[in-house]
Amino acid sequence: MYTFSKGLKNTALVLMILGLVGIVYGFLSTPKTIEEVEKIVAASHHGNHDTKADAHNTHEVVANHHEAKEEVKTEAEVSKTDTTSVVDHKDTTKTEVAPLVKEDQDHHDNHAASNVSESKVDAEKEHKEHLEHVLHQLQNKPWSALYVACIFFMLISLGVLAFYAIQQVAQAGWSPVLFRVMQGITAYLPVGSLIFFGLLVLSALHLNHLFVWMEDGVTEVGHANYDKLIAGKSGYLNVTFWLVRAAVFLIGWNLYRYMSRKNCLAQDESNDNTFYKKNFKLSAGFLVFFIVTESIMSWDWLMSFDPHWFSTLFGWYVFASFFVSGITTISMVTLYLKSKGYLENVNSSHIHDLSKFMFGISVFWTYLWFSQFMLIWYANIPEEVTYFITRINDYNLPFFGAVVMNFVFPLLVLINTDFKRIAPIIVGAGIVILLGHYIDFFNMVMPATVGDQWFIGVSEIASVLFFLGLFIFVVFTALSKAPLTPKRNPFIEESKHFHY
Amino acid sequence: MSNKVIHAIYNDDDILMDAVKQTRKAHHHIEEVFTPFPVHGLDKAMGLAPTRLAICAFIYGCIGISVATTMMNYIMIQDWPQDIGGKPSMSYIQNMPAFVPVMFEMTVFFAAHLMVITFYMRSKLWPFKKAENPDVRTTDDHFLMEVAVNNNEEELTFFLKNTGAVEVKVIDKH
Repeated sequence: MYTFSKGLKNTALVLMILGLVGIVYGFLSTPKTIEEVEKIVAASHHGNHDTKADAHNTHEVVANHHEAKEEVKTEAEVSKTDTTSVVDHKDTTKTEVAPLVKEDQDHHDNHAASNVSESKVDAEKEHKEHLEHVLHQLQNKPWSALYVACIFFMLISLGVLAFYAIQQVAQAGWSPVLFRVMQGITAYLPVGSLIFFGLLVLSALHLNHLFVWMEDGVTEVGHANYDKLIAGKSGYLNVTFWLVRAAVFLIGWNLYRYMSRKNCLAQDESNDNTFYKKNFKLSAGFLVFFIVTESIMSWDWLMSFDPHWFSTLFGWYVFASFFVSGITTISMVTLYLKSKGYLENVNSSHIHDLSKFMFGISVFWTYLWFSQFMLIWYANIPEEVTYFITRINDYNLPFFGAVVMNFVFPLLVLINTDFKRIAPIIVGAGIVILLGHYIDFFNMVMPATVGDQWFIGVSEIASVLFFLGLFIFVVFTALSKAPLTPKRNPFIEESKHFHY
Repeated sequence: MSNKVIHAIYNDDDILMDAVKQTRKAHHHIEEVFTPFPVHGLDKAMGLAPTRLAICAFIYGCIGISVATTMMNYIMIQDWPQDIGGKPSMSYIQNMPAFVPVMFEMTVFFAAHLMVITFYMRSKLWPFKKAENPDVRTTDDHFLMEVAVNNNEEELTFFLKNTGAVEVKVIDKH
């Protein structure tokens, strides 16, 4: 039996307290009025971000005109056209791309986009509207940071749950010695789900403005906020149905987790394999439920931040991201427990297999990342390509940094057979992979909620620390509740002698 | 040195693996092992040097990606410039995302095919080649270990019988 060591428990508590303080600070320090924003914007002119500061400078002078031009310029940059075709582009994209980008980014100001061509622009008024827009983005920032960290840690435990269910259904012979570790990690799922559902309810109650499609009047013809595309989707994308779906998914996943864990423990004391067989059927059913709900979940909780945009492989993409994070977490928790002298049946072959999964799913994630990017880049349809234009322009470092951290780094480090068994290398690669996938989720959420006002500040770090602390606390408490080896699993002998 | 060898025949791959380990431990020289299917870990147990095929694979992959790049650059950029996805940049690097699938597939294609050809050449295998395996049963369900004899025929026969061989016979190699 594992005992939750005092040192680790204290670390978890300290992380939670630090995180909580940081989260509260993040909320309190958001600007409340336009005047405060004006000061921040003025300060950022002398700030470190050259391109951003540049953009603001010109914003004040020509407000919207510049925005249109900037879009044209970026369009040209992305498509890498030569000078002659930039001219060509200006004519076409000015009318097509710019308004759509505006619509996506600036939901409070739908008229502005259509006014681009009008030469008489009230600079003063535009400036004010721009500041108000920045104010909303800055007010979204602590909420978004909380949301990203919350969904990321919840999905890690969901990824582990899916991995565990696959092992059960495949009747894998190698993995039963790791079942209790996986169950320990999935113990975070109920806690994470509750907090996450709470966040969704708060968004639904308009305590924040993370979801553009929830704004008042978006579906009302004639309203200032009216958006034809969102209105067309409102049969599916409305607050009530959205919350009902979330509740059904979360309850379904947690129900499987609860019953599977119960059966696994009961199997230890049983005289036959009935509980094992029950778990097999249950897991098969769960996987069917999971693959459908996972896809819908990714549309509801991540893709709907950009309600005009859609990608058909988004569900798989999100899945690959949290699946590899989950496997990495299994590997790291296993290595931690082994370093403390537990899990005597786990040998280097088990570790090797986990590393192979880390490597393989990292490549799989890249495959989906590239497939999604390449098709949209190639087709170059304005309402689709804006998604990547905002990311490449405003989120260049995190956008391409995620590819380096989630693909290039694990590829180079984990391709070596011997490295897949060396604990410090696996932990090092694991930390980079987890950080990389946090940034991947950051990239999915932030551009729609905070736009170019992003930075990794107190709110972001504190949110991660809080959920990390909570995660460690819940997971290791659960690990100490049951023996770490499922003793009557029919495959346990094979698993103990697993040799690659 | 005599050219006599002993053929020990086994009918299970696990027993064969144990026999190989024992024979090596007793410092007898294993000349060759014939199996109907690849036995995992046999090369390690026999003490064979690690394969260098992986190095070839890397080189072939590099050739493949170079061929793909040169080919695409000539076809799509130089010879008949293409407007790819409404972005007529006429530059290879700027249109690279569109070429990645081709570059990837050609890398795999070259690595796979050239590796198979290398493997055949290195193993001296070609069409209509006469089979080298000394006992036809090794193509069915038996495993054969060939051990060199150094004036220790009887001792070795006895030793190999003890390792679980179903048949042990001394052969004069020409």
